[in-house]
Amino acid sequence: MLSPEEEASPVNGLRGVAVGALRELFGVLCGTFRSRSQSRLFVPPVRFPGGDGMPAICKPGLIAPRCLPPRHGFVNQGEQTMIETHALGKRYGGFTAVDGITFKVEPGQVLGFLGPNGAGKSTTMKMIAGFLAPTSGSAKVCGFDVEQQPLDAKRVVGYLPEGAPSYGEMSVRQFLDFIADMRGVAADLRRRRLDDAISRLNLEGVLEQPIETLSKGFRRRVGLAQAIVHDPKVLILDEPTDGLDPNQKHEVRTLINAMSRDKTIIVSTHVLEEVHAVCNRAIIIARGKILADATPAELEARSRYHQAVSLSAANVEAARAALAAVADVAAIEVDAQDQRITAFPKPGRQIFAAVNEALKAKEIVVRELALEGGRLDEVFRTITEGNAEEARA
Amino acid sequence: MNPTFTVFRRELRSYFATPVAYVFIVIFLVLSSAFTFYLGNLYERGQADLLPFFTFHPWLYLFLVPAVSMRLWSEERKSGTIELLLTLPVTMWQAVLGKFLAAWAFIAIALVLTFPLWITVNYLGTPDNGVILASYVGSLLMAGAFLAIGSCISAATRNQVVAFILTVVVCFVLVMAGFPLVLDAFAAWAPQGLVDAVASLSFLTHFASISKGVIDLRDILYFGLMIAFWLYASAIVIDLKKAD
Repeated sequence: MLSPEEEASPVNGLRGVAVGALRELFGVLCGTFRSRSQSRLFVPPVRFPGGDGMPAICKPGLIAPRCLPPRHGFVNQGEQTMIETHALGKRYGGFTAVDGITFKVEPGQVLGFLGPNGAGKSTTMKMIAGFLAPTSGSAKVCGFDVEQQPLDAKRVVGYLPEGAPSYGEMSVRQFLDFIADMRGVAADLRRRRLDDAISRLNLEGVLEQPIETLSKGFRRRVGLAQAIVHDPKVLILDEPTDGLDPNQKHEVRTLINAMSRDKTIIVSTHVLEEVHAVCNRAIIIARGKILADATPAELEARSRYHQAVSLSAANVEAARAALAAVADVAAIEVDAQDQRITAFPKPGRQIFAAVNEALKAKEIVVRELALEGGRLDEVFRTITEGNAEEARA
Repeated sequence: MNPTFTVFRRELRSYFATPVAYVFIVIFLVLSSAFTFYLGNLYERGQADLLPFFTFHPWLYLFLVPAVSMRLWSEERKSGTIELLLTLPVTMWQAVLGKFLAAWAFIAIALVLTFPLWITVNYLGTPDNGVILASYVGSLLMAGAFLAIGSCISAATRNQVVAFILTVVVCFVLVMAGFPLVLDAFAAWAPQGLVDAVASLSFLTHFASISKGVIDLRDILYFGLMIAFWLYASAIVIDLKKAD
């Protein structure tokens, strides 16, 4: 393993040595991961309620030769940073699309890129994928600078551009063959890699059809297949589920979850449920700046609904009075439409048990009682529309 | 496999995946023969050569080559596949060259399919086949120059119709550069040196000797440089315009 000094040594003389060592490291990584990806195992989306905890992939019954990198914000000291941007910026004339974005993505992370439309998500991803040149700052993928070593950087990345563009007149098979050729997939691996991508995306039935005759969902799958055909270490997916129906969205998320076991993934989206479904880290960006960088659970904890208790009772007024008497309840709201009562705790307090007791003591009939985890959409709005500085704190 | 060749092969195959290729080839063959026989009077001249055939090539290319080149890059930009292509491990040069060579090979195929004319003159008389071969090479070179111009203009717009019209105009100016139509616009104000320089850019002048079978290194160099220059410009334009 490389020491941090060696990793970070772009000194010209050492570069060759460092690059060689990194390549070797990849070889090792690829070796360990390949055996896993070949098992072509479909793992149902694994959701972790909290922000921490060991991955459920190591459960018995699932093939896992050794424990995989933890998925939850856990930094593996020995492994190399997969994606690293430093003050990355892009200006178009007078307009600043991306304004000095700095972040690191460690192996095994699935990073969700959130933000309103036009926030700079796509531009950032295009710069990391090597399509657009940054006007300031730098980006590295697996240690390769996207401007200094563009071909090396592009080789280790699988990229799904926004809208999953592909050559419409080609058949799915021709298109994937073309990508495999361009990616220089080794002849002995080629058949297997193609079969793997095709079966993961369930494309067997449409292989000979021209892509332009396929439905939107299938085209998106073809786009995903071309992104993984060379078994990249890093996947950059720009709105992979945009415009798909709920079933297709679910399929794509399942796939991302399955792939997250051996790849580092950046997914951009403006669908918040997606963050829960696939990501273990989320960056919220707006107006080209990073406003929040945390696990989905941490983001939810910023919601005023975090640890709130909501219930629906037969007698709304009695329930409301009972809740008001609980010491740590800061506020009570009643939904005008469905009469659902929500009690908000004072900061840092937990009120579920106390509320439960109070309701029992007053013998109030409750149809339903729930502990709220927090609402991402509310946090998202607060952060992107509200005071940026406050949100960052 | 070499990425240039992979791009080349995909691109060439895509021509034949649509009817465009066949329409183009048929129109090229019909027009080139019609010009040869009706305007060039191949029979009436009573000479066994293909001069009447090659004389009309600049005019034929003026409209047909832009039809091939217009989609080279503007289609990639319109459909978004340019983002896919340029995030594959391929350099800009390999991409530009691969696409250009595919279009060039396509025109070469159309040109080769005019071989019945060559058989005809060989049947009717004993032409100098060296001259004919030289003329074919020259014609192909000129087509390459037209294509390179088209590639650059196609990179500048995502609208194929705009690319077609602009390419025709630019090519027309270059074809006519040695004639008063273009030169008069310069003669009024520009120094004689510039006027001469413009005049020496004329496609017709450079092609005239080639079509007679005279292969002058200067003419070959001219078309070669023309291709290199416009392809280089293509790469720059793509880099500048790919963001929008």
